[in-house]
Amino acid sequence: MKPRRQRMLAVIIILAGVGLAVGLALQAFQENLLFFYSPTQVLAGEQPDDRKFRLGGLVASGSLQRKPGELEVTFLVTDNSNAVPVSYTGVLPDLFREGQGVIAHGVLRSDGSFEAEEVLAKHDENYMPPEVAEMLAEQGHPSAAETVIAN
Amino acid sequence: MKLPTWFHKLASPPHFYRLAGAMAPWFLWSSVLLIAVGAYGGLVLAPPDYQQGDGFRIIYVHVPSAYLSTLVYAIMATAAGIGLIWRMKLAHAVAAAAAPVGAWFTFLALVTGAIWGKPMWGTYWEWDPRLTSELILLFLYLGYISLRQAYDDPGKADRASAVLALVGVVNLPIIHYSVIWWSSIHQGPTIKKLDAPSITMEMAWPLFTMIIAYTLFFAAMLLQRVRAEVLDRERNARWVAEVVQLPAEGR
Repeated sequence: MKPRRQRMLAVIIILAGVGLAVGLALQAFQENLLFFYSPTQVLAGEQPDDRKFRLGGLVASGSLQRKPGELEVTFLVTDNSNAVPVSYTGVLPDLFREGQGVIAHGVLRSDGSFEAEEVLAKHDENYMPPEVAEMLAEQGHPSAAETVIAN
Repeated sequence: MKLPTWFHKLASPPHFYRLAGAMAPWFLWSSVLLIAVGAYGGLVLAPPDYQQGDGFRIIYVHVPSAYLSTLVYAIMATAAGIGLIWRMKLAHAVAAAAAPVGAWFTFLALVTGAIWGKPMWGTYWEWDPRLTSELILLFLYLGYISLRQAYDDPGKADRASAVLALVGVVNLPIIHYSVIWWSSIHQGPTIKKLDAPSITMEMAWPLFTMIIAYTLFFAAMLLQRVRAEVLDRERNARWVAEVVQLPAEGR
């Protein structure tokens, strides 16, 4: 084998070897790499019991309740098949609204409700001017509709 | 596998030095022009977003920087691989010259992402798959640069750093697919290869203009940096003495 071929083979082996090793490692850590758990996963008890975790989903329409004169809010986080009630005391991000994706970091209480210490808003990959969003909402487009109604 | 003759001719340092010197200004000025057009389109002509208002406009810096951060790494690793296999010094010079530029694009992507994340998501930083893999990319660039500096012998520096650059390639698909494979706070891709982008045309064209402008800017920077790198590596060659002394004689 010519030295050049040997070096080419070495480069291919490096790429394949590292790719395989990292692929297997990520496969093994798949569960620990979950950034957040869905309500369905939480109801099935898949979340860690001994530490705080993140709950992700949509804020269910019509579920947001504020205590008058206080910062405490409660709302339902849903993945459209199951929902978990969440309570939070603090300032919510600008994009927080009903129908919007959120990620709450906190603990699950024994009564099945989630006590959040931090609430983050998630936005989707769609960018459009408000008029287009309203038009889509009127036509009953599913993704834009909820957000505009919530506005 | 043999490389074509024109490729070897391109790899001759004096030839490359002249060619790159002639091309770099064209790339630079066209990128400056396109950045001006893209900035005007993005900051003035594009309408505000239905959710994020004017805040979304940071996309015109964030997305091109993030795109370039991975593109530059791919170019750097390809050059390092060519240098390793075909023992081509110019290819190593390209990889070495690309690294700091790529590191700055990565830094810019991380910083603009943090500035964008605070008002929209409610946080500057989360240990999220997309954000973390992009941070690892920055460390790969910094590791590559430091490893080169650890060797006095340029040949050894070339070979050792090329291996590191190749190992780091595995991070590129992880960055790209992180928002698809795992649950993440970062939204999915807006611009997809085989699909219409999820962004209206008035917002999209300044974004594409900026991506092209950033790529041209990188090309200009890379050519100038490789020229400097070639001069340094060939400092004892006669052609360098001729190139450097010519202006002095004209005085």
